Amino acid sequence: MKYGVNDLGYYGDFGGAYIPEMLYPNVEELRQQYLTIIEDPAFKAEFDDLMKNYVGRPSPLYHAKRYSEKYGANIFFKREDLNHTGSHKINNAIGQILLAKRLGKHRIIAETGAGQHGVATATVCALMGIECIVYMGEIDMQRQAPNVSRMKMLGAKVIPATSGSKTLKDATNEALRDWIANPVDTHYIIGSVVGPYPYPDMVARFQSIISSETKKQLLEKTGNELPQYVMACVGGGSNAMGMFYHFLDDENVKLVAVEAAGKGVDSGHSAATTFLGREGVLHGSRTILMQTDDGQVIEPYSISAGLDYPGIGPQHAYLYKINRAQYVSITDDEALQAGLLCSQLEGIIPAIETAHALAYLEKIQFKKDDNVVICISGRGDKDLDTYIKYFGF
Amino acid sequence: MNRLQNLFKNKTNNLLSIYFTAGYPELNSTVAIAEALEKSGADFLEIGFPYSDPVADGPTIQHSSEIALENGMTLHVLFEQLKDLRKTVSIPILLMGYVNPIVQYGVESFCKKAAEVGVDGVIVPDLPMYEYEALYSKYFIDNNLSNIFLVTPQTTEDRIRKIDELSNSFIYLLSSSSITGGSLDVSTGIEDYYKRIKAMQLKNPMIIGFGISNKTNFDKACEYANGAIVGSAFVKLLQDEDYLSKIPAFIKSIKS
Repeated sequence: MKYGVNDLGYYGDFGGAYIPEMLYPNVEELRQQYLTIIEDPAFKAEFDDLMKNYVGRPSPLYHAKRYSEKYGANIFFKREDLNHTGSHKINNAIGQILLAKRLGKHRIIAETGAGQHGVATATVCALMGIECIVYMGEIDMQRQAPNVSRMKMLGAKVIPATSGSKTLKDATNEALRDWIANPVDTHYIIGSVVGPYPYPDMVARFQSIISSETKKQLLEKTGNELPQYVMACVGGGSNAMGMFYHFLDDENVKLVAVEAAGKGVDSGHSAATTFLGREGVLHGSRTILMQTDDGQVIEPYSISAGLDYPGIGPQHAYLYKINRAQYVSITDDEALQAGLLCSQLEGIIPAIETAHALAYLEKIQFKKDDNVVICISGRGDKDLDTYIKYFGF
Repeated sequence: MNRLQNLFKNKTNNLLSIYFTAGYPELNSTVAIAEALEKSGADFLEIGFPYSDPVADGPTIQHSSEIALENGMTLHVLFEQLKDLRKTVSIPILLMGYVNPIVQYGVESFCKKAAEVGVDGVIVPDLPMYEYEALYSKYFIDNNLSNIFLVTPQTTEDRIRKIDELSNSFIYLLSSSSITGGSLDVSTGIEDYYKRIKAMQLKNPMIIGFGISNKTNFDKACEYANGAIVGSAFVKLLQDEDYLSKIPAFIKSIKS
């Protein structure tokens, strides 16, 4: 694969495994084993079975007729919101829990921001009967209380991250500290295409089911497996990487990744990493991150808790740098309006993360025969409070 | 030969190193603390430069880093503070911190500047061996700076041999796989680990760190290694108002 990871764990200048020695054995064990395990036919069979019968895949590729009319192109929604637990996060959680079992791990840790990855991880741990500890920023626990309750109901222990800014990046730090202290029996299920190699590649592979299904579904519906545009929102970038994955080598397919501009790229309250960030090292990989001149990580802002991450996955940093994908941004207001539009034109209330991708449809001049796929990464139930407050329903 | 290499040439046991965070508790306390530590009998020092996301550190050092950042500590400020260091402090000095601030400063400039102010070595927990060797070792060597690698109970023998090969002053032996500020594990498993490493007859001396907080575990560590590092326990002392006056008694309580 032309845009894939090399033997050293790099995508161009990005990636690698910038981890303290205490994490080396854990990460090295994964590096040595992940491909063998996930390419094993028995693993694939178990993964496919759970994807079909537990998650409810394949997720539909829905031809959004009223959207198509409005934007003058054939708009297709890849419906990850219909997955069990309500987002694409379950694809990766299932993959990694099966991997953890084969590595003989008895204890799972995870970080979560909005709680979607935490809920997905708590779900698969319940399914497999494995102990689950989720780290979540203290502030996020207040903002996303229903997901905290969900995780607890599923049997997970939720530990507040009280250091630093008390949000996603700090929850990630706490999970890494836990992993340092528990190097033998614990597997860390990272929720996005971030972290030290092999995580970005491993998570991308588990999420790539999104684009492999899409190709087949497009062929059925349009007679061509390749669309003109593929679009998705980006925080760390796991739904986008899953959505792009099998289209990366098809150079004529335009890939559009939508970041969260928050209150505006120049407002000082933004999470538009490629606009505001510089190259550096965050959470174990060399990537693009928002930071001060002195190299301190800046806490980003977005109304969407799933997009306010100060970095992006290293493969995204690479696709950005070489211009294989276009990275753009959408403000809070634009996203919320798009969420309302999608609800009222298509009867689908999208997650606010997803609404960022939908909002960018306004900014592209399509030709009428263009086929456009947009990843509906999650459903908006978790965001109802925010929508209600904003629109005053 | 830098001061660190010289120290290990002349003294091989009971070496005490103290870690503290630059810019904590006050922005300009760095040099005064270093001077007090030398006078009190510390053998060498590790000056931490703060980072917003210190994954290898426990609550005490995390807190000191947060305060130091609030106080305005940066690498530029630190090098400015250290520019006359060698007029008053002669024991070896290491800088310790995470890789991102160094990358932003520029690794080559960082090494040059560190050497210029009289720093002898650097500890960067999240700088991997491969990247060090392939990209950065030339800057360290050109500036006569020792890069210090960590070894944990889970580090394999092959890897320890490789680390020994790349090291030129000492190897930092972690008392357990943990973040800073824990307690020293003296179970049989850990003794086996120290003995196993001692039996490897490495070319570099070994210093034990993480979980060393008092005389009992300093002495224990010195049975197996050439010395030990006290970090969090010392950073806690700095929370006291008259911390400078308490430094001599603290050092004496560990190394008497």
